[in-house]
Amino acid sequence: MADFIYLIPLAPLVSFVVLFLTLGKMPKRLVTVTGVGSIAISASIVFLLGFEYLSQLDPQPYAVSLYTWMNLGGFTPKVSFYIDGLSLVMMFVITGVGLLIHIYSALFMFEDKDYSRFFSYMNLFVSAMLLLVLADNLMLLFVGWEGVGLCSYLLVGFWHEESANGAAARKAFIVTRVGDTFMALGMFLLFWHLGTLDIQPMVEQAGNTWQTGDSMATIACLLLVGGAVGKSAQLPLQTWLPDAMAGPTPVSALIHAATMVTAGVYLIARTHELFLLSPVALNVVALIGSITLLMAAFTAMTQTDIKRILAYSTISQIGYMFLALGVGAWSWGIFHLMTHAFFKALLFLGAGAVIYSLHHEHNIFKMGGLRTKLPVAFWSFMIGSAALAALPFTAGFYSKDGILLAAYHHGEFGPWFWGAGLLGALLTSIYSFRLVFVVFFGATKTQPEAPAGWGMAVPLIVLCFLAIIGGQFQLPVTSVFPAAAEMDHSGAIAYITPAVPIIGVLIAYLIFLRHSISITGWTESTLGKRLNRFWFSHWAMDWLYGHLFVKPYVSITRINKHDIVDWFYNFVAETTSFAHDISSTTQTGQLRTYAAVMVAGLVIIISIFLGVSLP
Amino acid sequence: MLELGLFYIAASVALISTILSVTRYNATHALIYLIISLLGSAIIFYLVGAPFAAALEILIYAGAIMVLFVFVIMMLNLGASGDNQEHRWLQPGMWILPSMLCLVLLGEITYILSTGNHALAGNVVGPKAVGIELFGPYVLAVEIASMLLLAGLVGAYQLGRRYMVDVREDDDLEKEADADADRDVEGDAV
Amino acid sequence: MTEAVVIPMEHGLLLAAILFSIGLGGVMVRRNIILILMSLEIMLNACALAFVVAGARWAEADGQIMFMLVLTIAAAEVAVGLGLLLQVHRRFGTLDIDRANRMRG
Repeated sequence: MADFIYLIPLAPLVSFVVLFLTLGKMPKRLVTVTGVGSIAISASIVFLLGFEYLSQLDPQPYAVSLYTWMNLGGFTPKVSFYIDGLSLVMMFVITGVGLLIHIYSALFMFEDKDYSRFFSYMNLFVSAMLLLVLADNLMLLFVGWEGVGLCSYLLVGFWHEESANGAAARKAFIVTRVGDTFMALGMFLLFWHLGTLDIQPMVEQAGNTWQTGDSMATIACLLLVGGAVGKSAQLPLQTWLPDAMAGPTPVSALIHAATMVTAGVYLIARTHELFLLSPVALNVVALIGSITLLMAAFTAMTQTDIKRILAYSTISQIGYMFLALGVGAWSWGIFHLMTHAFFKALLFLGAGAVIYSLHHEHNIFKMGGLRTKLPVAFWSFMIGSAALAALPFTAGFYSKDGILLAAYHHGEFGPWFWGAGLLGALLTSIYSFRLVFVVFFGATKTQPEAPAGWGMAVPLIVLCFLAIIGGQFQLPVTSVFPAAAEMDHSGAIAYITPAVPIIGVLIAYLIFLRHSISITGWTESTLGKRLNRFWFSHWAMDWLYGHLFVKPYVSITRINKHDIVDWFYNFVAETTSFAHDISSTTQTGQLRTYAAVMVAGLVIIISIFLGVSLP
Repeated sequence: MLELGLFYIAASVALISTILSVTRYNATHALIYLIISLLGSAIIFYLVGAPFAAALEILIYAGAIMVLFVFVIMMLNLGASGDNQEHRWLQPGMWILPSMLCLVLLGEITYILSTGNHALAGNVVGPKAVGIELFGPYVLAVEIASMLLLAGLVGAYQLGRRYMVDVREDDDLEKEADADADRDVEGDAV
Repeated sequence: MTEAVVIPMEHGLLLAAILFSIGLGGVMVRRNIILILMSLEIMLNACALAFVVAGARWAEADGQIMFMLVLTIAAAEVAVGLGLLLQVHRRFGTLDIDRANRMRG
């Protein structure tokens, strides 16, 4: 099976090329078959590969090298793929959830005039993402990294006739670019000190070169974290994700929930041995995760656009993953990544079904009472929100619980992280069930059309299953990561942690369904309004960045309107022209002047010769 | 001894007539003075033992090239207006800078020459010896010189043609040429 | 004439140098094209004089041969130069060399 590994990223790439070259010329059914079929091929190979790998008694990770990319004075990155438990889990998520989303979007995007362009970009994205997780060295990983960034831009700005979508796409690209720069700097530093970018030899070399707590290791790790926060939409580079909801819903589901935004988490997990050398970096990661998850949770509570609520929810959940990585609960972090992919994709696709049936209405307060009219969407949202809120026995429950307990037992800041996570869990359950109760219960404000067909229903049902039973999966990542500390399931903590989300659901129920508790007195007050606006604008981050970066830059460009560099080149040209004007006065056109000058020159030359040859 | 004296006399004649030639207002006067200078040079050639060169100087230089000048001056027919022009153009003050330059040049050459050695006795080199040398080792130079003369001939012919033949404009000439060509063609066809 | 005649070569060359300078001055000063051409002839004649005197000093024929080549050059140059003079006279109506200054600037 190892011989077919190259097909995993290759099949979607070939499909991208075919679809891109025949834009608009192929019949839609053929486009569907090509686009979805290539992902199916990749998924089947991943399953077979995983089977083969896991059926071994003691699975050994291995690398499959395709060819040497370049050979520059000892720097020889290869195109080679690394198979171990971590990459298998990631590939499973990407191709499995990806396949479901592709099937879903075959129906969702069918009416769109740019149908084949959509599938070509989606396939390119899947190919780049698979390249990212399979890469054995950081160079190849970076190729995949950039590729998914590009596809994110292309897909967010998919309906580019509206300029707002283009602006959102550019924002996404530029903000992640800042992160990419940090990552590149980190790669430079690592190569400079360790001499290689192949991941396994590199982390070994790092262990030999740097002591734990070495400042160079910390700097390198922090730079990599800089890249990760850009791609995974964490503090301070998270402002692009809510605006990226301008793309079609399947795009939001695949890229901005399940796969691309987890690339940062994957990066840290993959290079975890490097991070273990730097406790400072790990603390920073945990801190970033905690703060981000709280900020996003507060914001999600005030949002009214169904997709934006889910976007902030994504930011918040990835904060949990960062928190897990930061406290050393590596396996729990990856586990949460997988379960999050399931239930977040489920939520997004369900939201897509709702939007589709309501003619692209996004405001939840204009929806209502859809429980009976859109049953599949309703149950998707119920199960997805339950998993999101980590209610017992859902997939999200196991992963989030694991993270919080691991956080509590970690070091001196453990309880603080645990507290933050717990508050986040409370808010998560409140806002997710606020969404459910407002949209699906109560009076119907907008009449939906008939629910969509099987093409959209089947993936939703499959994801519902996964969101429930996903918690039972035993991930093969225990061999990859160092053994986590034994979890203490005793004590009050073990009981408080699962109970808090249930309390949250209860609160949401009382406010939004029963209307027993009225919060209008609170929301209408001056303080309440201010807080609402503050949280709504995501703690004024867009305003802050606008004033900190955008305004100074625009004023500088205004000053430089008459390009300073241009002025310099003009100066050079004008000086030359001036010198020419001066020299051309010697060209009088008079023959006699020329003769006189020639004779004068002759006299001078002979004088020089005489002077030189005088004894 | 006698020859040396003759040499100095001929040299001074050549010198004085050259100076006069360069400073005349009337072109014809300047020309005549130049011819005298050339004659003086011819005598010098004869005195140093190069009779062939002396003959050639008079025959060709004075006899052909200067006559060419005479023809052109007469053809241009400048007359008194030329003299007046020259009066206006040639002012004495203009001689200062050129004379300085020439004097400096002269001084340098004099210095160079003064550090050389004296000449020995020279024999006469007659035409026969010149001929043998010319068509022996120097025959290539003869061929090249003949090509040069051909080029000069063609150039002079072309440059002088329009002036000598007619003063019509180029366009008229072209039209006439085309008409001639057509007539010739029709003539052949018939 | 088989007597040895002692005419110092340097004196002959000096004469040639003086004549050359006079011709050079004439070229620089005169404005009439004919006079410029005549001054050029003076310079060429001076060069020829130098060649012949130097050849006679060594009693070789080479000096006279070089003199003949100089003569050839002078002839060709005068022919072409006078042709040009005729053209200038035709176009500008005058023999002033300062009128032909369109290659200015």
